[in-house]
Amino acid sequence: MTDRHVDPAKRVRESGTGAASPAGTSALLDTAVATAEESFADIDEPGVRPAGSNWRLVGRRFLRHKVASASLIVLLLLGTAAAFASVVSPYEFNPTLTPEVLADARQPPSWEHPFGTDKLGRDQLTRVLYSLRKSLLIGLGVALLSVVLGVIVGALAGFYGGWTDGALMRFTDLFLVVPELAVLLIVAKNPDPSFFGIFHFPPATEVSGMILILAALGWMAIARIVRGEFLSLREKEYVEAARAAGASGPRIILRHLLPNTVGPIVVFATLEVGLAILAEATLSFLGAGIQLPEVSLGNLISDAESTVGTDLAYLIIFPGLTLFLIVLCVNFVGDGLRDALDPKTTR
Amino acid sequence: MTKYVLRRIAASIPVLLLASVLVFLLVREFGADPARVRCQNSRDIECRRRAREELGLNDSLPVQYVSFMGDFLQGDWGESQRTGRSVGESIRGDLWETSQLAFWGVLFSGGVALAVGVYSASRPYSRGDYMFTGLAFAGIAMPTFWFGLLTIQYLTFELQNLFGSTEPIFYSIPNPVATGPVEYFRELALPVLVLSVQLVAGWSRYQRSSMLEELNRDYIRTARAKGLPRRTVIWKHGLRNSLSALVTVVALDVGALFGGLIITERVFSRPGMGTLLLSAVNNGDTQIVLPWMLVVGAIIIVFNLLADVAYGLLDPRVRMT
Repeated sequence: MTDRHVDPAKRVRESGTGAASPAGTSALLDTAVATAEESFADIDEPGVRPAGSNWRLVGRRFLRHKVASASLIVLLLLGTAAAFASVVSPYEFNPTLTPEVLADARQPPSWEHPFGTDKLGRDQLTRVLYSLRKSLLIGLGVALLSVVLGVIVGALAGFYGGWTDGALMRFTDLFLVVPELAVLLIVAKNPDPSFFGIFHFPPATEVSGMILILAALGWMAIARIVRGEFLSLREKEYVEAARAAGASGPRIILRHLLPNTVGPIVVFATLEVGLAILAEATLSFLGAGIQLPEVSLGNLISDAESTVGTDLAYLIIFPGLTLFLIVLCVNFVGDGLRDALDPKTTR
Repeated sequence: MTKYVLRRIAASIPVLLLASVLVFLLVREFGADPARVRCQNSRDIECRRRAREELGLNDSLPVQYVSFMGDFLQGDWGESQRTGRSVGESIRGDLWETSQLAFWGVLFSGGVALAVGVYSASRPYSRGDYMFTGLAFAGIAMPTFWFGLLTIQYLTFELQNLFGSTEPIFYSIPNPVATGPVEYFRELALPVLVLSVQLVAGWSRYQRSSMLEELNRDYIRTARAKGLPRRTVIWKHGLRNSLSALVTVVALDVGALFGGLIITERVFSRPGMGTLLLSAVNNGDTQIVLPWMLVVGAIIIVFNLLADVAYGLLDPRVRMT
C-alpha cells in the first residue's frame, strides 16, 4: 500500500492492513472501536500518582455513571443468586419426576413459582438460575481467554511491526472474513473435537468446550486494539528510555506498554462478556451447544418454543428477559468503564 | 478508478484463497467427522469405513483440499448427500431467498437508522437523544432468536386474538399459496423487523457520531453564520457529508448478512442460506458446507470492496490510486 492511498476502511475503523476489512465484528464492537480509538489515543504518561490512587480515581468516576453503577449492582445480585442457586431456590433444576412434581405442571407465574413451572412441573426460576450460572461462567471465561489470545497477537504485531505485524494482521483479517456464526455452528456440532488428533478438547456441550470455541473466534477485536495502541505507544520517549537502559523486548511489552493499554483492554473484555453470553445462548438455541438435561438460557427457550402462541409463553419470556437483562447490564458496565478510564474526563 | 478496483479485486483473490484454507481446516479438522455423522443411525460397523472411503476422507488434508478446490473452481460442486439435489442449484435458490430478506431489511434499517442518527446528532444530549441511546443499547443486547419468538407471540397470535380474525395479520411462517404484494408484505414484515433490530441499533449510533463530528466543523458554522436555515444546514450540508461513513458500514454489514440470517430464517421457518446451512449441519450433509462457506466468504469480500469504492465515490477527499 502506498502512502498516497487512503484506505477508506481505516477512517471508519481501526483496520490498518488493507485488503480485507473486518466484517464479522458486531455493530457494538464497531461503534466501540471508533469511540475507543478516539478516547484512548492519548494515554501517554503513566502519571505521577501512585498506581493505587489512579484506580481509586477510576472507581470514583465509574460510580458517578449512574446507569453503569446500577447495572453493576444488578449483575452482582444476579451473579450471587446464580452462584448460590441451591440456597436461593428450594427446588432442584432437574427434580425426580414424582407425582407431586408433575402435579405442579403448567403453573403460571405466582409467588411460589415466580417464573411459573414447565410442562413437567419443574420450577422455571430455578432452571433459569442454574442456566445463568453457566452463562456468566462462559462470559467471563471467554473474555479472559480471548484477552490472552488477543493481547499476545496484538502485542507482537504492534511492538515488532514490519513483517511480523503484516503476517499477524493478515491472519487476523482471515478470521474476520469467515462467517462467524456458521463456523461456530459447525465446530460446536463436533462431539469429539481435537487438534489434528493430538490434543483432545471438551465438546461444546460442556461449559469448558464452549469457552474454548467462543474464545477461538472472539480474540480478533482485542488483537486489533492492542496492536493499534502499541503502534503509537512504542514511539514514546519512555519506551525509548527503557530501551536505552537495556530493557529487552518482552520486558518493555510487559512492564511499559501493557500497563498503559489496560484501559481499552478492560473495556473490550467487558463487551466480549456480553457477546459471548449471547453467542452461547444462540448456539444452544440452535441445538449446537449445551444440551438438555443440562440447562442453558438458549436451550430453555428452544425447549419451550412450541408454547409460542399459547398461555404457556411465559416459559419463553422469562429466560429471554434474563438473558437480555444480563447482556444489557454488562454492556452498560462496559460503557461506564470506558468513561471512567478515559483520561480526557480527568478532573 | 478502474485501476483501483481491478487492483483491489486482484488483491482479494489471495485473501479468498487463504480464507478457503482456513475454512477447510475449520470444517474438516474441527467440525464433526462427516463419516461419523452420516452413520449416526446405522448399526452397521462397516458403515463408517465405507463412508470414509466414499467421501475421500482417507487422503491427507492437503490432498483433500486440492481435490475439493479443483472441483469447486470447475463448477462441480457435487450433490447433496441427503436429497441428491445439485449443491450449486440449492445455493443459488437459497441465495435469492436470503437476498430478498436482506434487501428489505437493509432498506428498512438504513432508513430508520438514518432518521434516528440525524435526529440525535442535531439535538445531542437532549431527552430524545438519551432515549434513542437507551434503545440502541437495548437493541444491541437483544437476543435475536428471543425477539423473533416474541414478535410471533405478540404480533402474530395476540394481535390476531385482539381483532378476533380467522387468520393472523402478520404471518409467522411463509405462506406457500399466497401471492401479491400485500401477502408478500404480511410474510416479510416480521422477519425484516427482527433482523433490523441489531442493524438499526448499530447504524444509528454510527450515523449519530459521524454526523455530530461533521456538524462541529467550521463550514457548518459558516453556513449558519451566513444565515442558512438550520434545516438546510443539517439535511443538506451535514447529512451529505456524514453519509459516506454510514454507507461504508452498511456495505460491510450487508456482506455479513448473507451468512448471518441463520437465526431469523430458523425462527420464521423461511428457506434461505441460513436454513440450508443449519439443515446441512444437523444432517451431516457435508457436501453443502464447504461451497456454502466459500460463497458467503466471497460475498463478504465483494461487499468489503464495494464499501471501499463507495467511500471513495462519496468522499472526494479520498484519493483512490
